[in-house]
Amino acid sequence: MDTKKKKMASRRDVIRKMFQGAGFLGMGGFAWGAYIDKAKAGELILRPPGAIEKDDFLKACIKCGACVEACPYDTLILAEPGDNKPVGTPYFEPRIIPCEMCPDIPCVPVCPSGALNEESVTSFDEKENKNILDINKAKMGVAVIDEKSCVAFWGIQCDLCYRACPIMDEAISLKYERNERTGKHAFLKPVINKDVCTGCGLCEHACVTERAAIRILPIEIATGKVGDHYIKGWDKKDENRLKKVEDDEQKEDKNNSGTSDKAMDYLNGDWQEIID
Amino acid sequence: MKNNKYLILRRITQLSILILFIGANWYEWNILKGNYSTAKVLDIFYLSDPYAVLQTFATGFIIGVDVLIGTLIIVLFYGLIGGRAFCSWVCPMNIVTDTANWLRKKFKMYKENVKVPIKRNMRYWILGLGLVLSAIFGVAAFELVSPVAMLHRGLIFGWGVGLAAVFLVFFFDLFVLQNGWCGYVCPIGGFYSLLNKVSIFKIQHDKDKCTNCNKCLIACPEKQVLIHIIGKESRQITGGECTNCGRCIDVCNDDSLKFSINKFKKFTK
Repeated sequence: MDTKKKKMASRRDVIRKMFQGAGFLGMGGFAWGAYIDKAKAGELILRPPGAIEKDDFLKACIKCGACVEACPYDTLILAEPGDNKPVGTPYFEPRIIPCEMCPDIPCVPVCPSGALNEESVTSFDEKENKNILDINKAKMGVAVIDEKSCVAFWGIQCDLCYRACPIMDEAISLKYERNERTGKHAFLKPVINKDVCTGCGLCEHACVTERAAIRILPIEIATGKVGDHYIKGWDKKDENRLKKVEDDEQKEDKNNSGTSDKAMDYLNGDWQEIID
Repeated sequence: MKNNKYLILRRITQLSILILFIGANWYEWNILKGNYSTAKVLDIFYLSDPYAVLQTFATGFIIGVDVLIGTLIIVLFYGLIGGRAFCSWVCPMNIVTDTANWLRKKFKMYKENVKVPIKRNMRYWILGLGLVLSAIFGVAAFELVSPVAMLHRGLIFGWGVGLAAVFLVFFFDLFVLQNGWCGYVCPIGGFYSLLNKVSIFKIQHDKDKCTNCNKCLIACPEKQVLIHIIGKESRQITGGECTNCGRCIDVCNDDSLKFSINKFKKFTK
């Protein structure tokens, strides 16, 4: 009797312990998870050149700091707790130290995990007939100008960002415009070509205003995205996309009804029969 | 006189590895570059922390082959040779927690009994939880909070808030729980404990020489591996949580403990 009672109690104990353990685990999991969620939330992070897509980068980066050690300008830093960025991952702040766009890109080939993809900053050199590293292909971010605080838009001659840009006249070009206010001067307005800009941040670093009027933003923040259903009819290449869609639809039709007829064929065919 | 042979040897390996890491960043040495989760040796091959790589796998990312080979080297090295030696011979956090433990003994902190409702197997739950959270959030979960990594980053790239995490561990070990971090919480140590099955080096106890002074038990950071053996049985310490730190050998006045080659005997406990 006594032993039986003991056994019952111990079984109850086991169940209680199981729940307690699960509770602990859940509690820890929630707290830890909340921290991870917060650490991941940071959006305004500029990654080294060749960094793969944001979510994949977080998965891949093993936080070894090899890129940071390789960087000769101390541009790259590893995130610390409190930086509001995933701890241990590399980033840079162009207003403090921009990316100098080394032609040999020392930070990328050292990455052991594949978080920095060498291929994305490699292009084929026809002269040498081999693949070479090409920092101009990097997409770390994109420069965005606040026209209100850019003194060039006021009519003051300032082309610092234009001259700081390593891809001068391509990534940033100057647009001449007549200054109607004075009637005899010209505006020299900096204009960014987003397709060329690498997001190195030399422009942001060079900007004379108290808080930079030209800044680097992560591409997914600085740019919009048009849905697939918009097609530029005047662009041959884009128009071809439509053909592909039609093909796909036909294939689907074939699968569904077993006929390769287009909708128009059906209508036309029917009329022909009635006339006959 | 107290013998500190293994303690001194451990400090030498720990500090040499740390100095090599620091030198790699400051003076561009290429002997050992990187950190405690992934390091490149002599610019030729990598060494990688298997738990860190496992977390990366949990996120669903297939990591580079170089890192996988580096993981294999580490798994084979500790699995077959070193046992859980990473914790006591390599990890820089060991210096911090040993200091806390030393102060704890010096100031008799253990007299202030703080009840902490955690058990030593908590590290395995944290290990598992880390993998689950890595899979859910798509980022290596423990690497975001690892004080080991923060200590390394602080020493090499300069201190920030990461220092707080190191102090948190230090105070936890000093005021709350003896060997709390390394012996209860850290999943890296937990992983190496699980891996530590067939490694060559094991500590051998000789019951006949033992005088039951219990100095080894006081010194040992993972007492559960010793407690059923000391003074009771002449056998090897086979518990996976033994870090091969050799502290028990250092403090033993009776020559009843020594390093030995694994005899692969089965024990129930």
